Amino acid sequence: MRRRLVWLGWSMASILAVAGIAIKLQSKDRGMFLPGQTSSGHYQIELACDSCHVPFQGAISDSCMKCHQTDLAEGEDSHPKSKFTDPRNAERIARLDATSCVTCHVEHRPEITGTMGVTLPADVCFYCHSDIARERPSHQNMAFDSCASAGCHNFHDNRALYTDFLLKHQSEPEVLSVALVTRRPRRTSATPVDASRRDDPHGTVADPRLVEEWASTAHAQSGVNCSACHVVASGSANKAWTDHPGYQSCETCHKSESQGFSGGRHGMRLAAGLGPMSPSLARLPMNSSAKERTLDCGSCHSPHTFDTRRAAADGCLDCHADRHSLAYKDSPHFALWRAESEGRAPDGSGVGCATCHLPRVTGETGGSSAVRVDHNQNANLRPNEKMIRSVCLNCHGLGFSIDALADPVLIETNFRGRPARHIESIDMALRKAAANPRSK
Amino acid sequence: MKVTLMKTPAHGIRAIAFAALVCAIATGLAACGKGESAASSGITPKMMADSLHAVMESDRVIYTKQVVNRLQQENVIRANEHWKDAKALPLPAQMFRMGSEMVSEKTKDFNYALLSLWAVNKQNMPKTDVEKAGLEAVVAKQEPYYSEETLGGKKYFTAVYPDVAVAEACINCHNDHEDSPRHDFKMGETMGGVVVRIPMI
Repeated sequence: MRRRLVWLGWSMASILAVAGIAIKLQSKDRGMFLPGQTSSGHYQIELACDSCHVPFQGAISDSCMKCHQTDLAEGEDSHPKSKFTDPRNAERIARLDATSCVTCHVEHRPEITGTMGVTLPADVCFYCHSDIARERPSHQNMAFDSCASAGCHNFHDNRALYTDFLLKHQSEPEVLSVALVTRRPRRTSATPVDASRRDDPHGTVADPRLVEEWASTAHAQSGVNCSACHVVASGSANKAWTDHPGYQSCETCHKSESQGFSGGRHGMRLAAGLGPMSPSLARLPMNSSAKERTLDCGSCHSPHTFDTRRAAADGCLDCHADRHSLAYKDSPHFALWRAESEGRAPDGSGVGCATCHLPRVTGETGGSSAVRVDHNQNANLRPNEKMIRSVCLNCHGLGFSIDALADPVLIETNFRGRPARHIESIDMALRKAAANPRSK
Repeated sequence: MKVTLMKTPAHGIRAIAFAALVCAIATGLAACGKGESAASSGITPKMMADSLHAVMESDRVIYTKQVVNRLQQENVIRANEHWKDAKALPLPAQMFRMGSEMVSEKTKDFNYALLSLWAVNKQNMPKTDVEKAGLEAVVAKQEPYYSEETLGGKKYFTAVYPDVAVAEACINCHNDHEDSPRHDFKMGETMGGVVVRIPMI
């Protein structure tokens, strides 16, 4: 009898423990299950375990590709999976399985996580490129942990670093004679709407200032009336007026911006089904006054004014308080921004935060080239050579850009000063070309 | 409370043995039914490799002659190694490699690669013994070379086909390229080999 009671008690305790764990695992508050601190790239979505983890399979490369495939493809990945699936690489794969993202990028292991979430030693290139000195005599005395040095080689994105590109941009000055970013074209095909033809339900908009603000915007000029944003479907209900539409309203017309936003640090929580990002959740230093704010389109683009100029600089500084951001207003880039704002410098010559971090890119959209603002600030953030083509080369020569991005102290001061050292990439490319009589 | 699953230990052992036998038979049947061997369906690995190569070679020759060579000669557009940046055509070898990489994403039933004893990119130099022997054989005699090899614990039927310079575009690019170990290729010469591998069951 006593043994029966012990068994019963033990079974009940076990069932309750399992049920408790299962309930906790399904809830939003599952931080206790995190086996280790996540990386700076993923901490925002660390409680959305199924972003990465597939039941009975763990964290697989397919999960990584859900978010990173577009970036890797646009970056013309130098080491895609397809490079390693040939059976002739079987020996190499046995030593280092380069077909799988998690071979080099393991989460929850802060003690071995280096820059860009890499969890392998820096000399990993040795596995396949041990004979590089024979192929490139200039590399003879270089250590294998120096391959990924600034301005040299990246595992994935080498668009600004391949030899012919270095040679093409070899003699450029530090600042180009024409230093302007791409202009954003205005869409003028639609019929403008003015305040007299606004379509808010009678009596809904009590504040005439809101109507005035909207009437002066590109929305009104493009025929985007009140209902376009404020009449939304909610769940299974029909569309109805709402005073505070969410970012989904913006998505209807601004698909590329919305996709970029969801793919970057500002919107990745929303994309993972979590609540919006807030400065209170950030690891980067943020202004204490902004702690309770939440991030969506309206956070940077004030509703009704949609001031893109404000969104490009001052809007960022409302929240961001890291050294690079705090140094911006003392930087040469801000001086250009202010001159442009005050009409003392040409349109496109100013450099705000968004000029570099949410750059204007020209893409193929439906068969025609279109200028859009890439709202995924992660797309050109790390390694920072990714910023060269989309940003730096608008105004600066390649050599100067490489040198500047290789100086972490200069980056912290927001480029106030000169690069501390010179990176030899272009010089090495020139020496190689000079040694070969057949070089182009 | 005493729970007994079997009347005696002997019963238990017999039950386990029977279950194991059923599992073994079921697994064997499943493995047999997985796929017919190539031989039983009349298509040998050699036939499959030859057929695949016939398609690959023809597509690339057409691309080289009718697209790259023709448009270059008519000054419409050039082929360039960095075709995206240069807004140019991919080189025939790049078109071939892109196809190979796309195939590897679609199927594991075969794979192919373009290799050479004088590769521009040293990663495309022969690595395995069969590749080395095969490339040397197709350079000596412009005929396919067939063999078998084991890679990563799997057995493969490997065919190496001579890759011949069929257009001026081929030899000009390689002869002018700073990373090419040779700068004296001629029309009609074997520049490398197409290696087709088919896993053997």
